[in-house]
Amino acid sequence: MERFIALRLLQAIPVILAVITVTFFLVRVAPGGPFDSEKAVIPEVKAALERQYRLDLPLLQQYTAYLGDLAQGDLGPSFKYPGRSVNELIAAGLPVTAELGLYALLVAVLIGGSAGIFASLKPNTAQDYLPMAAAMIGICMPTFLLGPLLVLVFGIHLEWLPVSGWGDIPGDKLLPSITLGAAYAAYIARLSRAGMLEVLNQDYIRTARAKGLPEWQVVVKHALRGGLIPVVAFLGPAFAGLLAGSFVVETIFQIPGLGRFYVQAAFNRDYTMILGTTVFLSTLIVLFNLASDILAAWLNPRLRHQFGSSR
Amino acid sequence: MLALTACGGGGETNVERGNREGILHYGNGSEPQGLDPHVVTGVPENHLIRALFEGLAVKNPHTLEPEPGVAESWNVSEDGRVVTFHLRADARWSNGDPVTAEQYVWSWRRALHPEMGNLYAYMLYPVKNAEAFATGKLADFGEVGVKALDPRTLEVTLTEPTPYFIQLMDHYSTFAVHPETILAHGEMTDRFTRWTRVDNIVSNGPFELAEWKLNRRIRMTKSETYWDKGRVRLNGVVFYPTENEVSEERMFRAGALHYTQSLPLNKIPIYQAREDSPYVQAAYLGTYFYLVNTERPPLDDVRVRKALSMAVDRETLSQTVMQGSVVPAYSITPPGTLGYEPPRVFDHDPEAARRLLAEAGYPNGEGWPAVELIYNTQEAHRKIAVAVQQMWKDVLNIEITIANQEWKVYLDSVSTMNFDIARRGWIGDYVDPNNFLDLYLSGGGNNNTGFANPVYDDLIQNRAPRAKSREERYRLFREAEAMLMEQMPIIPIYTYTSRHLIHLSVRGMPANLMDSLNLRYVWLDPHQGRTNEETK
Repeated sequence: MERFIALRLLQAIPVILAVITVTFFLVRVAPGGPFDSEKAVIPEVKAALERQYRLDLPLLQQYTAYLGDLAQGDLGPSFKYPGRSVNELIAAGLPVTAELGLYALLVAVLIGGSAGIFASLKPNTAQDYLPMAAAMIGICMPTFLLGPLLVLVFGIHLEWLPVSGWGDIPGDKLLPSITLGAAYAAYIARLSRAGMLEVLNQDYIRTARAKGLPEWQVVVKHALRGGLIPVVAFLGPAFAGLLAGSFVVETIFQIPGLGRFYVQAAFNRDYTMILGTTVFLSTLIVLFNLASDILAAWLNPRLRHQFGSSR
Repeated sequence: MLALTACGGGGETNVERGNREGILHYGNGSEPQGLDPHVVTGVPENHLIRALFEGLAVKNPHTLEPEPGVAESWNVSEDGRVVTFHLRADARWSNGDPVTAEQYVWSWRRALHPEMGNLYAYMLYPVKNAEAFATGKLADFGEVGVKALDPRTLEVTLTEPTPYFIQLMDHYSTFAVHPETILAHGEMTDRFTRWTRVDNIVSNGPFELAEWKLNRRIRMTKSETYWDKGRVRLNGVVFYPTENEVSEERMFRAGALHYTQSLPLNKIPIYQAREDSPYVQAAYLGTYFYLVNTERPPLDDVRVRKALSMAVDRETLSQTVMQGSVVPAYSITPPGTLGYEPPRVFDHDPEAARRLLAEAGYPNGEGWPAVELIYNTQEAHRKIAVAVQQMWKDVLNIEITIANQEWKVYLDSVSTMNFDIARRGWIGDYVDPNNFLDLYLSGGGNNNTGFANPVYDDLIQNRAPRAKSREERYRLFREAEAMLMEQMPIIPIYTYTSRHLIHLSVRGMPANLMDSLNLRYVWLDPHQGRTNEETK
């Protein structure tokens, strides 16, 4: 098991290095630069700015200097927000985005998981079609539609919940979490239904039923563990996706998270911020994929055995 | 998270609580780049910095004429080249230090310093030798025309008489900063220091920075050291980075904001129809227009440019696409710029447009080559481009393709003149025709059209500054602007308006041409609602 983890971590290094390199050169190819603005910039001013940000050096030298700083954990100063470092901006946005992502995942697993399991128990009946149709709607409904709809109903008409903010007013975290989690809940519902259906047809389930176990014990004790493997495998990438993809929800609800910085950085040609967030998020994605692989292995006896023998 | 307690803390909204406590909740458009007056640019930054700091003179929110700020008075010499500011004795920094003339000299050196990279350094270019110092041609700041005669007297020497110079004293790039504070956190020209953070910043305006939560809010409280604190009636202001105007409008409706930075176009009719409407719309010092590349055929022919311009029905465009929220424009300078009325040299005239196009060799659009109109990606720009494209098709029978470009790509295209026709907007930095007309000086950085005319340059650069009276000066500007519009390197479309939702409890916030906010005058009165006359 340790060897498996160590190997995967080693494999991650060239992946992340490739991400850095490609991003670094790609953002420079994009037309326009961080200091272009609607009003013409005086050449001397632009030159001074480029000196302050090391943009006057040859590109390759900038690249090696960036890698050097990165090795020390320094992501550099932001172009858009002078006086703030990229580290600081990520540190400010990450806790919020992570919290939002976690709640959204919770919403997704609770709603999606129970709907999927519920549907799988009576396949091809109303009990199956109804939640699956809802899931289909959930997948098709974009967050930029669902968010404002929820706000309209629960925020403006019923006045039950705040329409924006994060942690300012009690209850303001509810709507963003549901909005972000809804699409993932739908995926999880479909995944868990499929996983459960496959397991419920297996021989060992038939054996359990033949032993005369009550149906709930068959489901909870025997089927669930195997049936949810696809869901667990999905959770890692899903959480990484939630972190990287919360931009829309953060904008709708005025949430001070990382997603807004990430997208705006690209529009602003904030080179260091684009690089910093990309490197950071790709590292997270690699780690979460690894974590969900390990978890899936632990849940799946066949794989576990494989690791056990290679120890 | 799932602890769903009573909504909104007992049902009291920001606005209700704010009215009780004297706190204004202000939608500020976006997270500021920062708060250093010599580093940042932008409208949200302007609102924040002018609440925290005060210039030598301040624009009156009703008239936009300068009135005393840090300077209690000033004199301008006979020839208009020397301005002497008399600083008030009770002007104080938030740490209690007096605001002195020496600090202004130090601050202007910082604002102009070639290492500083201040995008607004040119605001001080009217000062003698300022441009030479800022561009590194002059090393000795002693030769720049700013001197502290004594701690309370600042003498400024200008290259040319500059009637709008006093107005510039309300632009944050000319503000004084507290030298000891800056030096305590880094070099004078350092852009990356922490001196503007809550516990570090020392400022001299009506409000002090109390809290700065990134992308969340900036909270300010009334300053106790401000010289005119007796007049300040708000106890504090909270600024919100309301990036998305749709969300901002929802926040307003839910009582989270007193004031919104904008209003989505499709919401305008809804708010206009309401009685006691919180919607406030006013003319704004900005023009929306199309740049024409005069170096590319067929647009190098002035008759073609005029035909294109005359074929555009601006009235219809303003009423339909823009929901009646803008004013049709026939000049680059917005009308009513401190009494200046621009000349009107052309009209919407389909007949004349067709005739001109035929004279240029494209009768009924025959033989018209491929021409493209570019705009930066935004729904409103697209709608206007589509409407104008259709007008050109209907009136002139010519095809013009339209294409959108992402913001920085578009900026690159415009600055390198890699376009046929390009959408453009210009917002004035100060209220004077010069701010619009000097864009089209030969080879000017913001010209981007290829228009060059020595007579025009002479009018703007030499004759207007030396005019003896405002009337004469405006007459010269009108002459220049008529020349510009005769050549039509730009096709004006409309004059901007500012659009805000302002809660009826907000008082003392008149609409004005610069959308200039002076929080010193603002108060909250939940009992007696604002009449709509007040904001007109």
